[in-house]
Amino acid sequence: MQKTVSLTVNGRPVSATVEGRTLLVQLLREQLGLTGTHVGCDTSQCGACVVHVDGEAVKSCTLLALQAEGRSVLTIEGVATGDTLHPMQEAFRNNHALQCGFCTPGMVMSALDLVKNNPNPTEREVREYLEGNLCRCTGYHTIVLAILEGAAVMRGEAPPANVHGAAAE
Amino acid sequence: MTTVGAPVRRREDYRFLTGQGTYTDDINRPNQLYAYILRSPHAHARIDGIDSAAAAKAPGVVAVFTGKDMAADGVGGLPCGWLVHSKDGSPMKEPPHPPLAIDRVRHVGDPVAVVIGETLAQAREAADLVEIDYGEEPAVVDPAEALKPTAPLVFSDVPGNLCYDWSLGDLAAVDAAFARAARIVKLDLVNNRLVPNAMEPRAAIGEFYRATGEYTLFTTSQNPHVIRLLMGAFVLHIPEAKLRVVAPDVGGGFGSKIYHYAEEAIVTWAAGKLRRPVKWTAERSESFMSDAHGRDHVTHVELALDADAKFLALKVSTIANMGAYLSTFAPCIPTYLYGTLLAGTYPTPAIYVETKAVFTHTVPVDAYRGAGRPEATFLLERIVDLAADELGIDPAELRRRNFIPADAFPYQTPVALQYDSGDYQTTLEMATSAADYAGCEERRRAAMARGKLRGIGIATYIEACGIAPSAVVGSLGARAGLYESAAIRVHPTGSVTVMTGSHSHGQGHETTFSQLVADRLGIPIENVEIVHGDTAKIPYGMGTNGSRSLAVGGTAIVKAMDKVIAKGKKIAAHLLEAAEADIEFADGKFTVAGTDRSKTLGEVALTAYVPHNYPEDLEPGLDETAFYDPKNFTFPSGAYVAEVEIDPETGRLEIVNFTAADDFGNIINPMIVAGQVHGGLAQGIGQAVLEGCVYDKATGQLLTGSYNDYAMPRADDLPSFRLSTHATPCTHNPLGVKGCGEAGAIGAPAALTNAIVDALRPLGVRHVDMPATPEKLWRVIQQHRSPLAAE
Repeated sequence: MQKTVSLTVNGRPVSATVEGRTLLVQLLREQLGLTGTHVGCDTSQCGACVVHVDGEAVKSCTLLALQAEGRSVLTIEGVATGDTLHPMQEAFRNNHALQCGFCTPGMVMSALDLVKNNPNPTEREVREYLEGNLCRCTGYHTIVLAILEGAAVMRGEAPPANVHGAAAE
Repeated sequence: MTTVGAPVRRREDYRFLTGQGTYTDDINRPNQLYAYILRSPHAHARIDGIDSAAAAKAPGVVAVFTGKDMAADGVGGLPCGWLVHSKDGSPMKEPPHPPLAIDRVRHVGDPVAVVIGETLAQAREAADLVEIDYGEEPAVVDPAEALKPTAPLVFSDVPGNLCYDWSLGDLAAVDAAFARAARIVKLDLVNNRLVPNAMEPRAAIGEFYRATGEYTLFTTSQNPHVIRLLMGAFVLHIPEAKLRVVAPDVGGGFGSKIYHYAEEAIVTWAAGKLRRPVKWTAERSESFMSDAHGRDHVTHVELALDADAKFLALKVSTIANMGAYLSTFAPCIPTYLYGTLLAGTYPTPAIYVETKAVFTHTVPVDAYRGAGRPEATFLLERIVDLAADELGIDPAELRRRNFIPADAFPYQTPVALQYDSGDYQTTLEMATSAADYAGCEERRRAAMARGKLRGIGIATYIEACGIAPSAVVGSLGARAGLYESAAIRVHPTGSVTVMTGSHSHGQGHETTFSQLVADRLGIPIENVEIVHGDTAKIPYGMGTNGSRSLAVGGTAIVKAMDKVIAKGKKIAAHLLEAAEADIEFADGKFTVAGTDRSKTLGEVALTAYVPHNYPEDLEPGLDETAFYDPKNFTFPSGAYVAEVEIDPETGRLEIVNFTAADDFGNIINPMIVAGQVHGGLAQGIGQAVLEGCVYDKATGQLLTGSYNDYAMPRADDLPSFRLSTHATPCTHNPLGVKGCGEAGAIGAPAALTNAIVDALRPLGVRHVDMPATPEKLWRVIQQHRSPLAAE
């Protein structure tokens, strides 16, 4: 059965015709062309599909598209301001917190949710919060550093000393 | 100013951080169809019949194909890239591997039929209507069981399920050394089977262009040219010129995306049949039962030592699981990437290894990060620790006493390899100092007071990377050369496009290679563009595996730049009215030696493309290609120290410290290198304490078939890592680089297991097999405690 769903995605009102079983992630990727949100598993374990729905982090593989009716969805494509990266995205880059990039959108969306709820997390809190996001490339070491840096910048503090001394090219 | 050696932030990050990466599943082609693959639910069964009539009539279904349909169309089997010979000289058994099973299925997940529909949902629903009449037969999944005379056969014409029985080394010398040894240490161990689990599931889109007869395959591959060669030449019989393979952004590989997989052939062939693009994307549960797995060895090892605790000889016997079919690289992993590494960091004069490779009713096993070298390192560093324990010598001291000295290079091992460089004492010293190895006893006592068992473990490693010298591997059975290519296109105003045969699926080549090129050509890094992953754009190359990209691919880039500079000198000499021999190239300028008269690379390039005033005998253009075949492997090495605390009441393990000291030779981007080490360590730690692929021995069912059952390392399972590097440059490539991608996965399992055994030593434990999960540790602790409790 086909139905129309209307919602706001990255600040833009959109409507689409979906089946009852269509998942939010399918709507985003296949119908709206927002392929930054990824699918890495089929058991809601990997977190590559995390988006924000009305400001809350949600695994978009666990929500039906129709459940997003009237709600506001933020995906990785909507995080930067124009060409300027969000401080959390910048922190991921500074710390080499991504390699293949596949888990990265979900990691950034989860990181933003963490900092919203806990603006000054400890390393242990970051590690525990990331339980729902799998990364196979980084060993999480630099993701944790990036989130600590991103959180500091979002609090208005100077970023902690960069472990790599990363240089702009 | 050079950026070589600087932690330049990655050029690829912007697109990944903003959701603009283009992975295979992000690509959709006009008028595209979707493939759903039916897979065997049984480990071993006859296919007595397939009735797809109802499925073919279901809404949206365009076609249903079986293995017989593909065979009738002349489609060949998936080829194996290595031919290994048994010790009696006979070639390995190489049974056919059709893309879709014909007559018989041999592992859970073996593809049987494909349903192609207008939508994925329609294809999947119709798949339920395909009636497959299976005749179930007994299965064997354990490699040691598979060799027993009573074991079910995977192939009726492969007796004993034995693919090959290979050996390397001088058995007589080893036996003689054992006969005069002061002590012999023995150990039986298992190297646990792993599922690679790159976060991006495999995907493939086949496309056929009716007007030109050309095919395109978009695929999640580490080496698109290799896929084009294997699929074009052996499976679908499409000439290279009519087949383009694109591996766009690829979300991790770790070896599992090297191989030519059935699904690539299925979608490409079906696209040709149906004249429409066909897309397939693996669900994660499909990945678990169709991506090549790693490791899965059962090994007996013996080490002979003299009265001074010097290693006299090593004897190793391994049974290696190949799975149900031979994957592309599979036969070389437990042989030439394993047996040849058994000298490790030690000058053991006599070594003998034999490997029996066996077929079982499991997913094929092939290279997974480290590939043979983690297995070699694990057994070697475990037996060395066990020897230290039995002799009452500190494990660090026993290693120091036995290392190949830093002044002994080049060093010829008794197992074929010649190490060019290394300094094992220094990396061990760096790792043990940083980890405060000396202070461990105090920390152990403090932990004991808190009711915890604390232990520390060391592992050193050597690996053979920069795969590989073609003539050498050709003589060993490789059916392809393993050189690399690069093409440098200097554009008319001096910006540069580099086409590399290497492939990045997380390694950051766009950044490291740009640093290299900007440095050598003296141009800004923004003026360098790196192109990879598309057979229509790049010269024939072997892709990325075996930590080869910088050592082999980077050297090919250097060679191509040398050609550009050599031609540029001729042009500059003409423009500057000087002798070619007097032209020097530095900082992006061609200068007449000893003068300030010069032309920039841009000016020379413009002259090459607008050759109005040009050397008479020189062709226009500034566009050079080079192929580089390495002279030897490279030999990264290092030392890792792990420290753990175990709660004896629960078996819960905490990794309180992990310290690495690596020798990767020269380093271009230390930030990227650190990232490679982190990732390797995480996978090595995962193998040691979390990950294990489990098949049910009675039914052959895959019990760890999802992230609910297979323990992937998560952020709160891992520590922060302490890294350092020490460089002894590689002596046979111009960059002096060795490779860093696999080190962590090679050294970490032994370091961590040694730490765990050290923690449990007071209970009398001498070995714990991986993965040392809390349950396993709790059981081991209980078993060893009970006699004490009874006293």
